[in-house]
Amino acid sequence: MFHIYCPYCEEHREEEEFHPKGQAHIQRPEDPEACSDETWGDYLFFRDNPRGVHHELWVHAVGCRKFFNITRHTVSYEILETYKMGEQPSVTAKSLSEKDKQAGVQAASGGWQTVGARPESDALNKGARV
Amino acid sequence: MSDVKEFDTRPTGSPSSESPLAWSFHRRGTPPREASAGVTLREKAFLGHLILRGGAIVLDEAVREVLGITLPARPNTLALDNSGERSIQWLSPDEWLVIVPGGEEFALEGRLRKALGQAHYSIVNVSGGQTVLTLRGEKAREVLMKSTPYDVHPQAFPVGKGVTTVFAKASVVLRRPTEEGWELVVRRSFADYCYRWLLDAAAEYGVIVER
Amino acid sequence: MNQVNRLPRGGRVDRSHPLNFTFNGKQYVGCVGDTLASALLANGVDVVNRSFKYSRPRGIVAAGAEEPNAVVQLGASEAAQVPNVRATQQALYEGLTARSTNGWPNVQRDLMGMVGKLGGTFMPPGFYYKTFMAPASLWMTYEKYIRKSAGLGRSPTEPDPDSYEHINQHCDVLIIGAGPAGLAAAITAARSGARVILCDEQEEMGGSLLDSRELIDGAPAVQWSDRVLDELNAMGNVTLLPRTTANGYHDHNFVTLHERRTEHLADSAPSFGSRRQARSRMHRIRAKQVVLATGAHERPLVYANNDVPGNLLAGAVSTYVRRYGVVPGQKLVLSATNDHAYRAALDWHEAGREVVAIADARANPKGDLVDKAQSLGIRIIAQSAVIEAKGADRVSGARVAKIEIESFKVVGGVEELACDTIASSGGYSPVIHLSSHTGTRPTWRDDILGFVPGEVKGLTPAGGARGVYPLGDTIRDGAEAGAQATQAAGIDAGAMALPQITARQDGQACALYQVPHLKPAMRAPKQFVDLQNDVTAAGIELATREGFESIEHVKRYTAMGFGTDQGKLGNINGMAIAARCLNRSIPEVGTTVFRPNYTPVTFGAIVGRHCRELFDPERYTALHQWHVEHGAEFEDVGQWKRPWYFPRTVNGKKETMHEAVARECLAVRERVGILDASTLGKIDIQGPDAREFLGRVYTNKWAKLAPGRVRYGLMCKDDGMLMDDGTTSCLGENHFLMTTTTGGAAGVMEWLELWHQTEWPELDVYFTSVTDHWATMTVTGPDARKLLAEVTDIDLDKDQFKFMDWREGTVAGVPARVFRISFTGELAYEINVQANYAMHVWTTLFEHGEKYDLTPYGTETMHVLRAEKGLIIVGQDTDGSVTPEDLGMQWAIGYDKPYSWIGKRALSRPDTRRTDRKQFVGLKPKDPNVVLEEGAQIVFDPNQSIPMSMVGHVTSSYYSPTLGHGFALAVVKGGHERMGETVYLPMVDGKVHEAEIVSPVFLDPKGERQNV
Repeated sequence: MFHIYCPYCEEHREEEEFHPKGQAHIQRPEDPEACSDETWGDYLFFRDNPRGVHHELWVHAVGCRKFFNITRHTVSYEILETYKMGEQPSVTAKSLSEKDKQAGVQAASGGWQTVGARPESDALNKGARV
Repeated sequence: MSDVKEFDTRPTGSPSSESPLAWSFHRRGTPPREASAGVTLREKAFLGHLILRGGAIVLDEAVREVLGITLPARPNTLALDNSGERSIQWLSPDEWLVIVPGGEEFALEGRLRKALGQAHYSIVNVSGGQTVLTLRGEKAREVLMKSTPYDVHPQAFPVGKGVTTVFAKASVVLRRPTEEGWELVVRRSFADYCYRWLLDAAAEYGVIVER
Repeated sequence: MNQVNRLPRGGRVDRSHPLNFTFNGKQYVGCVGDTLASALLANGVDVVNRSFKYSRPRGIVAAGAEEPNAVVQLGASEAAQVPNVRATQQALYEGLTARSTNGWPNVQRDLMGMVGKLGGTFMPPGFYYKTFMAPASLWMTYEKYIRKSAGLGRSPTEPDPDSYEHINQHCDVLIIGAGPAGLAAAITAARSGARVILCDEQEEMGGSLLDSRELIDGAPAVQWSDRVLDELNAMGNVTLLPRTTANGYHDHNFVTLHERRTEHLADSAPSFGSRRQARSRMHRIRAKQVVLATGAHERPLVYANNDVPGNLLAGAVSTYVRRYGVVPGQKLVLSATNDHAYRAALDWHEAGREVVAIADARANPKGDLVDKAQSLGIRIIAQSAVIEAKGADRVSGARVAKIEIESFKVVGGVEELACDTIASSGGYSPVIHLSSHTGTRPTWRDDILGFVPGEVKGLTPAGGARGVYPLGDTIRDGAEAGAQATQAAGIDAGAMALPQITARQDGQACALYQVPHLKPAMRAPKQFVDLQNDVTAAGIELATREGFESIEHVKRYTAMGFGTDQGKLGNINGMAIAARCLNRSIPEVGTTVFRPNYTPVTFGAIVGRHCRELFDPERYTALHQWHVEHGAEFEDVGQWKRPWYFPRTVNGKKETMHEAVARECLAVRERVGILDASTLGKIDIQGPDAREFLGRVYTNKWAKLAPGRVRYGLMCKDDGMLMDDGTTSCLGENHFLMTTTTGGAAGVMEWLELWHQTEWPELDVYFTSVTDHWATMTVTGPDARKLLAEVTDIDLDKDQFKFMDWREGTVAGVPARVFRISFTGELAYEINVQANYAMHVWTTLFEHGEKYDLTPYGTETMHVLRAEKGLIIVGQDTDGSVTPEDLGMQWAIGYDKPYSWIGKRALSRPDTRRTDRKQFVGLKPKDPNVVLEEGAQIVFDPNQSIPMSMVGHVTSSYYSPTLGHGFALAVVKGGHERMGETVYLPMVDGKVHEAEIVSPVFLDPKGERQNV
């Protein structure tokens, strides 16, 4: 049961009031018609699954009904910050990587961990298809 | 904003009307009257409810001019007029709940629209969709503790506060307009569930339902 | 039997108030202040249970939550049955009735006991898996008997008369445990003005102070705890919760507490007039800070036959003597590794019974308590331990021998001492369970020979829970933890003046877990590690030999620490044995992690008030009362109660659903029917960009919809799959009213906000839910216009008020918006009025409708009527894998809209362009009497071998009274190109139905009936 600070209500509320909506900062391609099937597929289906810092989109469903972002540690479940739509996180995997190393947590570089979502894995996948 | 269809949903005649708790009262009646009870419950039916959406800067002046109340711009706050009969409550950074005596809402909407002119905002009449329950008594707070995860301790929930939160398995707008009691703004379709929940949770203290 | 073991005086029980109770059918007498366990011991009851696997007789071992054996089934009546109650935690009350959980047919003469004796050596770990898993099909048969004989408690078969509840609490500092550390923490925090909750699982707060031999400020320790409790009790900012176990520690300092409010009073909560309190409460606590002051559990030593009744923990002996005035035997042998355990011998001696000897594993024991024992003339045998207990249903002797811990050997001769009680102490394990519930691993400390809590944010361990044992240190540690937690909660806390305690000088303890025996563990009499799960030292040895090296694997293989026990007594000993076998240190073997719940919680407490008619919200429309009074059968649609059909009683016989639906369908097709459609989601949309927004979230075009007009729209997710549908009306140039499906209402509202808030914040538009504000009634059928004309001032002329128009006016004198849309294929008007006036409008329609035989219909008829027209229901005919094109609804897709609307791009992905996608079609069974089963799988060739390749399934299927035959809607691979082909539906019973693929529109394909 998380205790979540809603940046719009400006106070902590119980998890029951919120719905998680998946990874944050997923950008809909600017011009969908011009992008490749692969790019569109990545946007639709591929998400990161890092061990460590993760940025998530949540909505204060039983409350102000505003969407906002949570930076959460997927091992400790600690919420490192919450921030409004349109804002950028100040706590990231990079900013915490030193600290995580000390704690024995392996944070993937840049948070990319999902096969298919980062260029190297993409190349691997292509190889596998041949 | 222009080109919005205003519509008074209140009839000019007086056809029979039924509050959201009518079915509950019909089916279960009210608990037997007790000499003393820890909790007293009452429905404030048929009030005028408007949802006002827009930027605080856009709405503030019009609200003050038309309602005589300063728009509560701080999250989770509630403001009342001197009579205590009209209130406006912050629901989200661009959403407020206005509750006025029944029958005033349509004229109020018109006056607000006039004052707001071409600005971007929205006003929606939801008077048929919700009702207000008041909860008073020595044990009112304890009944709320059994019902909502929100902290209702006076330190955390002073008079003048109002929040949307979880209530049992439904949600309500919970507010504390005065020292004497609490108000729950309940959606019509959930009203019977909330009523039954309150009676059950308050049973150990004794409960009076005023009608 | 009288209370043979009750001392004439001493303890905190009230001998002047006897209480009668029944255990395993026999009557006994205890007194106020007893637990069930202390009362049983007072009465000399040795055997309280049979063990889980070997069915060996078992007695009481401990005095608190760590008790592994005395787990009983409570309740005098069937309805009041509660399983898995620890006798050590159950207060005695008049009339208490309990039975042993295990033991079939009874504890004294037990069937499985024979199996245990004979089969013991043949029941190694994994016995059940290895023996009974093959053939797998017979497991069900075995399981029934194994469970019955093993006994795991049982739930009542009658309804529980009690109520239970949850209560939400918030505080600055939650202190778990009201022993010396917890009390010091609580008083420090409370004096600062912080909101404090102090809970303790026992009947009385005070913890170890309740049986302490030590003095605080020169007076018995318990007087100090009484004073502190009095002060706390008088403070408005403090909540004291005795009989309350903190069972789960969850993320961000959310703690669940199980308060037993009436379980010390009776089987069932007492009533006061018509008022009755809940039997137990689950406190859901959100604490800014938590102080973990849960103390420590004593570790028993692992020696042969250490499970025979009469083997107790040393500390438990002291508790029973000092707190309950009960000496559980006549002659005691104590086997110890530390000074603190000596209390048992001193208390026993002071109670006037014989201490035969103390076997101390240390070569040279010394310390204040050792001196005291010596001065009383008690025999102390150094560098020795009890290696084996003698006796069957009760200890009859102890075999004591000189041992060498380093080489794990018996190094001297064995002396057999006659005794009836063996107390053992192998040291103390901090009660760290809660600290590991959120996944934090504990840390091993060699100096205290135990695990202490790892670092958990917001949680401060104090006193015994972090290995601080001397009383004075414990109080100081508690006070410091209290101050620290209060500061961390943002409140200034002063330091507490510490009481005066003369520090006791204790010698160094030694590390001993399993005691060596003359024979190797595999051949020695059983040395139990986990008494509740019958795990032995030999079992753990075997597990390590079979290759299980991680303690987590050993645990799963042997069942150590399973079940309601959660390894309270046995885990550390088990780890130490595994470590010895693997020649590693304890932390190298791995640490254990505990899960919630700390002790069992009743289902009642978990469920709280969310049961029976409050199990889930039931949402009612404004017309619900009418439906009930007119005999409607209801269907659950989400949380809504919707009329399903309205059976009539004809000639004293109530119609079946089939009959009622046939009648209702024909009434709509031939005359006029009315449906309560209030549950449809309704969203008011205002703003200059409202139209643009609609164009982006719907697949079809909205640019030209004029005020006064209505349009049906499809909503997709960005993967191109249909998510919802409904009509949206243009109320004004910048004002729309959207309807959604009943089940989709909340989701669509959130969906619109999601896109507005995250992708298109630049669009000026606002959404407000008006679902509950409007009641909606659909009047439909050839006579709909005539009926409505009688009660409205709206011009219903077919050229003035056309299909897909809406108008406003009054209906039955109530302001109304009327929408000319149809979900039945007939002439239809949807009337929206403010819900408070809905009943007036509805009943007025019926007053006027009598001459047209106005027929109320429910959701079932609605389904048949819409299916005859091939109209989909999202979520029934679609499942998140269906595109608008799959549905054949190309007419509702605006490919040339300028903005790439949600779902558009995905419709040109290779997968959505496949020609063999499952497509929406009608199915006409060859046999007109057949109504296909919804969900039935479709094949092209019924003669292929199994598994057949399935090419689609039936999504909706009904009998049509209008058409006179069964019909269905389905999805079939490439179905749009297969019109007229025959498909097959093989059924479970071997029958194969044949059906023809047809258009999903079965009735009036040109729409002439609705357009009149």
